[in-house]
Amino acid sequence: MSAATETSYGEAICLGFEHLLANHPETFAIGQGVWSPWYVGNTMTGLDEKFGRHRVIDTPVSELACTGAAIGAALCGYRPIVIHPRMDFMLLAVDQIVNQAAKWSHMFGGQCAPSVTIRAIINRGGEQGAQHSQALHAWFAHVPGLRVVMPATAADARDLLIASVLSGDPVMYIDDRWLYGRKSVLAPVVPRPLAGEGPVVRRTGRDVTLAGAGYSAYLCEEAALRLAGEGIDSEVVDIRVLNPFDPSTIVSSVQKTGALCVVDSGWGPAGFAAEVIASVVESPGSGGLRRPPSRVTLPFAPAPASRALESLYYPTVETVVASVRAALHLE
Amino acid sequence: MTEFRSELGSLADAGAPVAPLDISAVPRPALERYLRDMLSIRLAEEAIGVLVEEGLAKTPCHLAIGQEAIAVGVSASLRRSDRIFGGHRSHAHLLALGGDLDGLFAEILGKVSGLSRGMGGSMHLYAPSVGFQGCVPLVGATIPIAVGAGLACRLDGGDSIAVTYFGDGAAEEGVFHESLNLAASQRLPVLFVCENNLFSSHLDILLRQPSDRIARFADAHQIVTLTVDGNDVLAVAAATDTLTQHARSGGGPAFLEAVTYRHRGHVGPKEDVDVGVRRTMSELALWKLRDPIARLAGAMQAAGFVGEGHCDALRAEIGNRIAAARALAEASPYPDATALLGAVYREQR
Repeated sequence: MSAATETSYGEAICLGFEHLLANHPETFAIGQGVWSPWYVGNTMTGLDEKFGRHRVIDTPVSELACTGAAIGAALCGYRPIVIHPRMDFMLLAVDQIVNQAAKWSHMFGGQCAPSVTIRAIINRGGEQGAQHSQALHAWFAHVPGLRVVMPATAADARDLLIASVLSGDPVMYIDDRWLYGRKSVLAPVVPRPLAGEGPVVRRTGRDVTLAGAGYSAYLCEEAALRLAGEGIDSEVVDIRVLNPFDPSTIVSSVQKTGALCVVDSGWGPAGFAAEVIASVVESPGSGGLRRPPSRVTLPFAPAPASRALESLYYPTVETVVASVRAALHLE
Repeated sequence: MTEFRSELGSLADAGAPVAPLDISAVPRPALERYLRDMLSIRLAEEAIGVLVEEGLAKTPCHLAIGQEAIAVGVSASLRRSDRIFGGHRSHAHLLALGGDLDGLFAEILGKVSGLSRGMGGSMHLYAPSVGFQGCVPLVGATIPIAVGAGLACRLDGGDSIAVTYFGDGAAEEGVFHESLNLAASQRLPVLFVCENNLFSSHLDILLRQPSDRIARFADAHQIVTLTVDGNDVLAVAAATDTLTQHARSGGGPAFLEAVTYRHRGHVGPKEDVDVGVRRTMSELALWKLRDPIARLAGAMQAAGFVGEGHCDALRAEIGNRIAAARALAEASPYPDATALLGAVYREQR
């Protein structure tokens, strides 16, 4: 084994929690299943024993009250992380997220804001069906006052968690269980302000820009490798921060490549891919696009349970590759 | 439709006779403070009603005229280190804690010197220096927030408590039950204060619930409760004293139900007898006989603590103060255009 040990995305989340709980006494975690190895994969294993169950709090089945309680504690100077093991269930807490957390700074004239992190886990596939499947980041990217991040790499899984919790604003941190096995080498923790974070170029290329967030960024990177074998040179932008969204990295990339394919784990209509494309198209010179932009999104239907339909439902590397080929008129 | 019967009995029956307040056990300075504070809130809200009638205030103003005894009685047991949250009808909660009158009037006019720098209006008030951590109109929304503030109090390790004011309508929201359960299961120092004014907006409580006694929900969560006449400031103060001692000493959450009636409509200065279902002029007139200010003033007069002209003198003095607050608010500037985007996020790039 080399000196540079690789860490998985799931383990990296746990390292982020350990860093926060060890170094910032005002942090605590609250949510359903955080004392169980079952709800949140390997992302919080042993934290309750290491830091005490007064700081790692498993809760009643009350998404709305627990989210509100995290916001209340945040307004009193704490930095809670409230965990929703499935984003679908988090919808029960939307009043507290959208009407409260997102608005307290603005409506009280900037005098207070809850420094709360709302961890939403995308947990889908495996015949789980329509209510164990959703990636609803676009809803929350629509709301001013919230920050929304979606890490795609193990390093970001740890470091964006730390940046989210240390931010002065309410943040929705969205991790994806399909990424928990993805590995990378982690550098020592160097906390960086979340407000300075944004999209990054993961791979440079000349022919087409591929952009996505979270698992979709991973699909873009894998598709780029495949396309390289066919002589198509892709640039990949990992969006990372969806709210507030800074499109400049993608706009610059498209100015160079002249082609754009956006991959998104949500639905197409009024979705995040549409926001990315609109940001490019409304840039000077229509963003330099020389071909119509394209997007790879879910079929406009709830997730099916049957494996036969599920295999048609979620975009894959092949779907992305085929979409890029089509957009470049290579098929 | 099923007709439900009152469980609250005479507390909710406008026509039931009420005994004169027994002030014998309460020190005179406390009585004088209660009277002054209730009258200050009454006159401030009447002046706010005038701002609405004159068209100067467009922000929805939900007045607590008739309910002043609850905020004043509860606040007598609260400290500046406590974390207090309100709802849509919270002018009284704020003022009873000693919140700034100038800041309230400026906020209602949307001026930059307002409590929320002119960004909130009547329903978004913020005065942490007196313990008031914010109020919002989404029904029941600050109930779980106060539970979290109670969690913060426990993590802090002192004997501060969190307090949430809400109405009988909030008891119909699911989050109310989630919050009672969370507070009870975690044994958090939270005082839940239900101002049961028997109406949610236009609709009588017995057209919305099979019982008018909200404390039954706290019973179900094994939370200690007291139900009192919310128009008797002494009863509210005594009950709050008992319940806050319970919460401060590690006993877990406590629940106060104070039964009252608002003299004005759900929103704005009108009496709304034409709007409310079962809200009639005759019922309103009976409730006005239970006016919390008149009851305390009457008892103090009967005991010879104050003369007949006392309330008039107080009114004149408080009225001058309120007129000054209004004038200052009118003269204050509006927020400038940078405020539109300036505080959406606290952390700037």
